[in-house]
Amino acid sequence: MSIDNAEHAPASLPGTRRQSGAPAIPGSLIFFGRSVATLWGNKKARFGMAILAFFLVVAIFAPLLSPHSPTASNFPPYRNPDARNWFGTTGNGQDVFSQMVYGTRVSMLVGFGSGLLATVIALAIGLVAGFRPGIVDDVLSFTTNLALVLPGLPLMIVLAAYLRSNSVWMILLVIGFTGWATGARVMRSQATTLRTRDFVLAATLSGEKLFRIVFREILPNMVSLAAASFFGAATAAVIAAASLEFLGLGNPNTVSWGSILYWAENDNALLTGQWILVFIPGLAIALLALSFILINFGIDALSNPRLRER
Amino acid sequence: MRYFTRKVTLFLGTLWAAVTLNFAIPRLMPGSPVQLTLARLAASGQVVTDATRRAIEIQLGLPHTSILSQYFQYLINTAELHFGMTYSLQDESVKQAIAAAAPWTLVLVGTTTVIAFIVGTLLGVVAGWRRQSRMDSMVTVSSTFFSAFPPFWFGLLLLYFLGFQYHLFPLTGGYSPGATPHLSLSFIADASYHSVLPATTLVITSLAGWVLGMRNNMINTLGEDYVVFAEANGLKSRTIALLYVARNALLPNVTSFGLVLGAVIGGSVLVESIFGYPGVGSLLLQAVNNRDYPLMQAIFLMITVSMLVTIFLVDLLYGVLDPRVRQ
Repeated sequence: MSIDNAEHAPASLPGTRRQSGAPAIPGSLIFFGRSVATLWGNKKARFGMAILAFFLVVAIFAPLLSPHSPTASNFPPYRNPDARNWFGTTGNGQDVFSQMVYGTRVSMLVGFGSGLLATVIALAIGLVAGFRPGIVDDVLSFTTNLALVLPGLPLMIVLAAYLRSNSVWMILLVIGFTGWATGARVMRSQATTLRTRDFVLAATLSGEKLFRIVFREILPNMVSLAAASFFGAATAAVIAAASLEFLGLGNPNTVSWGSILYWAENDNALLTGQWILVFIPGLAIALLALSFILINFGIDALSNPRLRER
Repeated sequence: MRYFTRKVTLFLGTLWAAVTLNFAIPRLMPGSPVQLTLARLAASGQVVTDATRRAIEIQLGLPHTSILSQYFQYLINTAELHFGMTYSLQDESVKQAIAAAAPWTLVLVGTTTVIAFIVGTLLGVVAGWRRQSRMDSMVTVSSTFFSAFPPFWFGLLLLYFLGFQYHLFPLTGGYSPGATPHLSLSFIADASYHSVLPATTLVITSLAGWVLGMRNNMINTLGEDYVVFAEANGLKSRTIALLYVARNALLPNVTSFGLVLGAVIGGSVLVESIFGYPGVGSLLLQAVNNRDYPLMQAIFLMITVSMLVTIFLVDLLYGVLDPRVRQ
């Protein structure tokens, strides 16, 4: 959805709903379906969505897809891949293939969860800063710039070291609360431009409340930015979560791609020739991150016509 | 001049905020940080000496003083670079430990940033100029793919194939075991040899940011009117791309310096840990694993401040390069 076309969205959205008659399909669902359909037209985004769909299916049907229990250590340890253990076994004798399948859930949870958290924070800060010029904007912009220049991974390491609660949720929160700055800066500048547009002025003059203007007039025009910010944050989150778990700052007993890497490093898998224990989870992380990046390319291409593929 | 005054003010403000944040983080965490740290240390079987307790208290706050006086004491200590003693390294002050590790990271991160900037920008120029060509799709697709790699993963694979399988490069460390760091040609050669794999990992994983940014800027700039005018005047496509467009497209790419630098520093923490490189990143992880909070706080502060200073210098340079932003 291009930004210029999007201006008409607030006016046309209620109209479409009335035309469809019954409130059977909510407007937001129609909008979501239409966005996916538009994105599907972009070659890169289509590829990304296909990868993402694959991982979604694996995450949802993990119990059906994994041949063994991911935690039970009932195989000989340090086995190389064979017909029974497709990716070999860990030093504890667990089936790595099953761990990979279940680990998809954790990576998806952290990617989507942190991405969503970061986007919500970015939207809130961006909208408020864009609509309250003066001291509020100055303070929020300063905070955003500060968060932007703080070294991300070291900050996460320090926070995780203090929190030490070890759970996936801790990692999700730490990444979400450190990853909102890029998005907030983009949304602020978009909100600042939108504030002075005629349709917002018209809404103000017709006596609409600020709350309604922000949520009904402005927000629909920020959807593509919010989506881009979400996938950007999710990309960073997937990689950051794996990094933190690899460094041992997560719970090593949770089955996740990062903890497979952690144990591989701890068991010196590379020195015993079990490079597959490092290769497979890393590849999965790279593919999931790649799918987010590709979808983002599609969103970029749609909202910036100059980058659009011909 | 107003540009520079504004930048200096902003830099000082950010610096103050970062230093204050470093003070606030341990105190915002649930529970009394000092007691919690001491309890954790005792639980992990370490002997809590008086020196340890004092070091923790200097960083995390004396138990019976007000938060304001703690803050001022912290500011004074920070300004005088008094960070207390580490307790994970024997008989070393935090300052000494960081001073020993910092040059390694500075050289590694500095060199890789410069290499990645030059190579990435050149690739971006070519990709944007020859947009939609095979060269462009190759560069864009591969840098997209590389940017999705977790930095440590790429390093681990390099380590396995080039280090372990083919013995081309050493497996661990910043220099040969037995050598003592000193300034001599043979030692520098040895250290460079050890840093090939970590540096390659960092360059490759940070290249994508420069490539994709530069490509976008090239495409945006190629749409400007003066490019059409130059084409109409019959200038060669290569002349337009290199002399007219690339020069202008380069400037916005400089502003993403801070972001890329952050990625390199984060990457270097991971890369140093897998290659056993004796830099600040390894030290940070060592501090985290040993619950050496004073060391950890000081390293985080040092990383943040050096990043802020670098970004500030790049900002000043940007003002010199592009007179328009000074207005």
